[in-house]
Amino acid sequence: MAFVTANWNPLGEAFYRKIELYEMGWNLREGLRDCLIAAAPYGGPIALLKESQRRERSASARPLLEIYSAAGVPMASFPWKSGVVVHISWTVSDDLLCIQEDGTVLIYDMFGNFRRHFSMGNEVLQNQVIEAKVFHSAYGTGVAIVTGAFRFTLATNIDDLKLRRLPEVPGLQVAPSCWAVLTQDRQTKVVLASGKDLYVLDNTACTPVTPPGIDPQVSSYFQMAASFSYKYLALFTDTGHVWMGTSNLKEKLSEFDTKVRSPPKQMVWCRRPKSQQPAVVLMWDRLLLVAGKCRESIKYHLDEESFLVPELDGVRIVSRSFHEFLHEVPGACEEIFKIASMAPGALLLEAHKEYEKESQKADEYLREIKEQNLLPEAVRQCVEAAGFEHEPETQKILLRASSFGKCFLSNFPPEQFVGMCLDLRVLNAVRDYSVGIPLTYAQYKQMTVQVLIDRLVFRRLYPLAIEICRYLKIPEFQGVSRVLKHWACFKVQQKEEPDDVIACAINQKLGDTASISYSEIAARAYECGRTELAIKLLEFEPRSGEQVPLLLKMKRSQLALSKAIESGDTDLVYTVVTYLKNEMNRGDFFMTLRNQPVALSLYRQFCKHQEQNTLKDLFNQDDDHQELGNFYVRASYGEGSVEARMAALQNAVDEFNKAKNEFSAKATEEQMKLLRWQRRFQEEFDKPYLDCSLHETVHSLLLDSKHKQAEQLYKDFRIPDKRFWWLKISALAEKEDWEELEKFSKSKKSPIGYLPFVEICVKHHNKYEAKKYVTKVTLEQKVKAHLAVGDLEQAVEAAIERRSESELNLVLSRCTPTTDRALLDKINSARAGALKK
Amino acid sequence: MTRISGAWSSHDTVVLSVKMAAHLSYGRVNLNILREAARKELREFLDKCAGSKAIVWDEYLTGPFGLIAQYSLLKEHEVEKMFTLKAGRLPAADVKNIIFFVRPRLELMDIIAENVIGEDRQRSQRDFHILFVPRRSLLCEQRLEEQGVLGSFINIEEYILDLIPYDGDLLSMESESAFRECYLENDQTSLYHTAKGLMTLQALYGTIPQIFGKGECARHVANMMLRMKREFAGSQNQILPVFDSLLLLDRNVDLLTPLATQLTYEGLIDEVYSITNGYVKLPPEKFTQKKQGEGGKDLPTEPKKLQLNSAEELYAEIRDKNFNAVGSVLSKKAKIISAAFEERHNAKTVGEIKQFVSQLPHMQAARSSLANHTSIAELIKDITTSESFFDNLTVEQEFMTGVDTDKVNSYIEDCIAQQDPLIKILRLVCMQSVCNNGLKQKVLDYYKREILQTYGYEHLLTLSNLEKAGLLKPQTSTRNNYPTIRKTLKLWMEDINEQNPNDISYVYSGYAPLSVRLAQLLVRPGWRSIEEVLKMLPGPHFEERQQLPSGLHKKRQQGENRTTLVFFLGGVTYAEIAALRFLSQMEDGGTEYVIATTKLINGTCWIKSLMDKLEAPPF
Repeated sequence: MAFVTANWNPLGEAFYRKIELYEMGWNLREGLRDCLIAAAPYGGPIALLKESQRRERSASARPLLEIYSAAGVPMASFPWKSGVVVHISWTVSDDLLCIQEDGTVLIYDMFGNFRRHFSMGNEVLQNQVIEAKVFHSAYGTGVAIVTGAFRFTLATNIDDLKLRRLPEVPGLQVAPSCWAVLTQDRQTKVVLASGKDLYVLDNTACTPVTPPGIDPQVSSYFQMAASFSYKYLALFTDTGHVWMGTSNLKEKLSEFDTKVRSPPKQMVWCRRPKSQQPAVVLMWDRLLLVAGKCRESIKYHLDEESFLVPELDGVRIVSRSFHEFLHEVPGACEEIFKIASMAPGALLLEAHKEYEKESQKADEYLREIKEQNLLPEAVRQCVEAAGFEHEPETQKILLRASSFGKCFLSNFPPEQFVGMCLDLRVLNAVRDYSVGIPLTYAQYKQMTVQVLIDRLVFRRLYPLAIEICRYLKIPEFQGVSRVLKHWACFKVQQKEEPDDVIACAINQKLGDTASISYSEIAARAYECGRTELAIKLLEFEPRSGEQVPLLLKMKRSQLALSKAIESGDTDLVYTVVTYLKNEMNRGDFFMTLRNQPVALSLYRQFCKHQEQNTLKDLFNQDDDHQELGNFYVRASYGEGSVEARMAALQNAVDEFNKAKNEFSAKATEEQMKLLRWQRRFQEEFDKPYLDCSLHETVHSLLLDSKHKQAEQLYKDFRIPDKRFWWLKISALAEKEDWEELEKFSKSKKSPIGYLPFVEICVKHHNKYEAKKYVTKVTLEQKVKAHLAVGDLEQAVEAAIERRSESELNLVLSRCTPTTDRALLDKINSARAGALKK
Repeated sequence: MTRISGAWSSHDTVVLSVKMAAHLSYGRVNLNILREAARKELREFLDKCAGSKAIVWDEYLTGPFGLIAQYSLLKEHEVEKMFTLKAGRLPAADVKNIIFFVRPRLELMDIIAENVIGEDRQRSQRDFHILFVPRRSLLCEQRLEEQGVLGSFINIEEYILDLIPYDGDLLSMESESAFRECYLENDQTSLYHTAKGLMTLQALYGTIPQIFGKGECARHVANMMLRMKREFAGSQNQILPVFDSLLLLDRNVDLLTPLATQLTYEGLIDEVYSITNGYVKLPPEKFTQKKQGEGGKDLPTEPKKLQLNSAEELYAEIRDKNFNAVGSVLSKKAKIISAAFEERHNAKTVGEIKQFVSQLPHMQAARSSLANHTSIAELIKDITTSESFFDNLTVEQEFMTGVDTDKVNSYIEDCIAQQDPLIKILRLVCMQSVCNNGLKQKVLDYYKREILQTYGYEHLLTLSNLEKAGLLKPQTSTRNNYPTIRKTLKLWMEDINEQNPNDISYVYSGYAPLSVRLAQLLVRPGWRSIEEVLKMLPGPHFEERQQLPSGLHKKRQQGENRTTLVFFLGGVTYAEIAALRFLSQMEDGGTEYVIATTKLINGTCWIKSLMDKLEAPPF
């Protein structure tokens, strides 16, 4: 414990400390000398390309590209067969960019698998790249190069490549001594130094700038460094001074005289977010120097060739043997561990220590904190500080102290403490040598758990990723399922294993895991040229809908069709059907549909609205004569002439006959017969008859007193007597031909009885005529007939005669308040009588 | 006085629109959650199209949308104009966005394309968007692409509006042709939407542990639900299930019920005036207030539009009663209200008067509600007391009780001869066929011929449709099993009490709807007791269980009712709804029902949906 501050070095107001992350696992005989080195930020992998071998192009000694984890565990190694590499660097998603002299940029994943390449433009071919830098912005990873013609070209996002050639720097005759890329406010600029001049290059212009407060004696800039956030810029001058300021070059933060005139090998910013202290780390052969606001500096001696990796909250130092982290001691740690600190956290830590020793001093310390009401603050400080400590031992001590302090507080929200415990557990797990991701708490929070899991997945550390998902209770959908999907996508690329084995292994592990998209995995397999495997995998996909697009892509259209049907999603079925229609010849297409009734009926629906003729062909193919008949019937109504309609109807008759649908055939024949009649009448009487029903035709003939023709139709169409009588009486009543009606009533016995006569007369407001027929009405209908003509008394008589209670009730319901009292009594007594029976 | 009542009526509408959402939450299941979810999604979509907007409506959608969001909501999100989707050019509107709200239909896509192309020529700088309801369709997008306008749309999205809450216990998809598509055209799109809608419902109200069903379509929907559940396994929700079970019923299991004339108050309103999206349009004469001195001047010609739902206290009370029991309730109410108004004479102190005045709004609303329903009841009564209504009902009841169903019915004959409305004839003939398990070939052919000769040969296709749907069929060698079904399921009850019913048969004054009987028997004593009859009805019957995540098993309180969602595939009538509500209210029922359907139907609109309308161009 007493040693926590042992590696602290004061610089101005703050302390800096250098902690060891790993003893490197790699075995580098020549150290880091003459290497191109790239280490990805956020504790990412390290790539090395041996420089010495790069220049001498002998077949025997090809340069070797090696990739290691941050702990120096080898991940990949292969001989470099491509062109001369100028610069290597990592993208935000841990892919390695190798930028060649000829402007070609090759992209590898961290296992050394070639991904793709792109070029920085044709102009480069001639002039070659003399220097390149990779930068990160909101858009992604960008590349900047400067060519032998001293022109800059930028690509702000390598995943959406748009090359931008920056304007020329006037009078630039030699390569710039140093330069840096700045991305700010969605703008990317280049700052470059040539002699004593500084320029800012943006899309449109080249602007000379002078940093405020720069020593006028400066005649050259040796080094330039932008901070991690691109907010600050540091310049190292030939006078040995470091100028630190904002990157817009409007404000100077400090200047420091290193007293070293030779250019440093590397200069990087070392600054915690929100820290007040600007600090830059400079490295020469054996010297590491931290310069800040004050006149002093911190100096470390370097035993070995080293490499600096700027991070969000400090600098990592990689050498042949060690991997270290240099950073400003965070406030909370300082408060607690600074010698003789009286901060609440420090007191709480002390109290807990005494408590462990079973000393009563614990109480004294606690009381001191509590008296100032600072216990919550103390607990918070300890929790916060635990996050910044690298050693699990120290973390534990701090967490225990805060837990101890928590006991004396009621209602203290537990989230911070619990969250920190969870986070530290995860951090310690990924910092482990075997994983080798030395993330700090601040970096972890900045990158988010999601990204961390992605990184683990990229490293193929699937079990650990799943463990973390489960531990942090990340919803399956974003957590375990996603990891498993990546695992499966990786698995399908293992070419040496047979399809069956892989499909089986994947299904075993994934099973019915929530929301696994087998189709995505299958798509991956298909991309790798493993169609059979893809089909096998698709079988596991529970969402039929998801299977369809890929099956179509793989030209398994039949299977796609049955899957679409299985999904129940008719739109999807339509999609496949349309696809099939365009892909296949008509015959095959129809045959396919024939085997899939669901698809067939949907396609029929489609044709019914969109392609009438195809519909006919479909029915024809299936020998569906009934539907063909219906089709022609429907079609006949689209025809504008009687002849055409007749022709269509004749077709319908033929089809109905083939379908053995006698009724429809006959009915349609009748329809044609009617059409012929109607046409004749239309010509003869110059009145429209066409499109009237038979009934209407007869009715209108009767109205026009064309009794002979009506009779003809009556016989020809075998209209039932009953209906013909109805037709006749309603027509006669309608034209108020009462005489004819009466004559007709006497022509023979009415098949519909005589009540309709009564009613039809009443309907046409002739009660007088109506009454004529009342006597002829049968006994059962007498009451109704009397009621129809409004003769209540007679109705009552009839009802009594019939001794029918319901009829009495009917009469009663027609009685109004004005009805004769005596009549009502009569009904009521009759009802009583009827009820008794 | 006149001015005051005028003011009231406007106040009234405000009250209604506020209540509009409230009545959805009164029921056992708070259906307002569903409505709120739908509203949220709508708002999110509208906000995606920044700036002023005009909506171009597929006219069919306006009704259902009205139940989700009023114009005020749209207005809040900068919707300034609304048009009906029509061919040709869009009307002028000074807005940034044009949004098409449409069903995914190809013919509509052609109209949209025409609109968009016409617009482009006017060199305007407007953004186009499409919102597909209830689902986007590749086929439609393809059509837009063929028309060369797909690229003109900034947003193409779907608005998943499957089940729309119509009342506190009622959901409908209002898909007009679901029955026709399923049973005639073998197009199961609406069943897919049903399954999706049920998934949405389960996402909001928890997994339904038990699924029962009867019929082919029910089986299909259940299969899709189970499949989708597997598909969504990851997003498994952790909601305590609100519904204990789901009963899926095919309409074709019970073809009889919708054919019969509904005799509940609401059912009759629907039969006579047809209720559309919760509104009914009535002849205005009965609703004019007789104003002194004005005589019969300027009678309104616009039909009176009334909203009908349980937000209206009186309506909630009488809607499900047999119409014969409505009159007494109305007169009782009238007495209570006038007594309440009389109170004012007794109010002496300022305090009493103040209290009276505070009750006024409620009383006024009750009075206007009473006036409305008295008028409606009078209108309906004119019809129910008519002879033709009586005769028609008599024949229906004869059929349902199995009287002379095997011969040609002379009443039907007479109706045909008098050219009564075709749909009335079809309802009767179909009913006879269903009650006789098919008609003798001779009888069937006779009816068909009569219909063709009287109403025109173009109805040949309609008849063919009815046969395909099983509504009209020739008797096959098997014997008529309808009497067995009727007896076993007690579909006909002799002693019914219309005033204080003790059985669901009151909704048809004697006939107990088969569908609802199935629901009733499922609860007690279970379907096992009626296996035989179930086999006689078309399609399989089944039971499925859905695993609940542990910890979500309901602990039922003593005496706590179960909640069952009954889903009618192919439509449900108001009388059936009334019957289920009656069961919910039975003291020893033990089950409360929430009803869902593809469409609220009555016999007329149902038969209409099965008709093929052929119209010839003039020669």
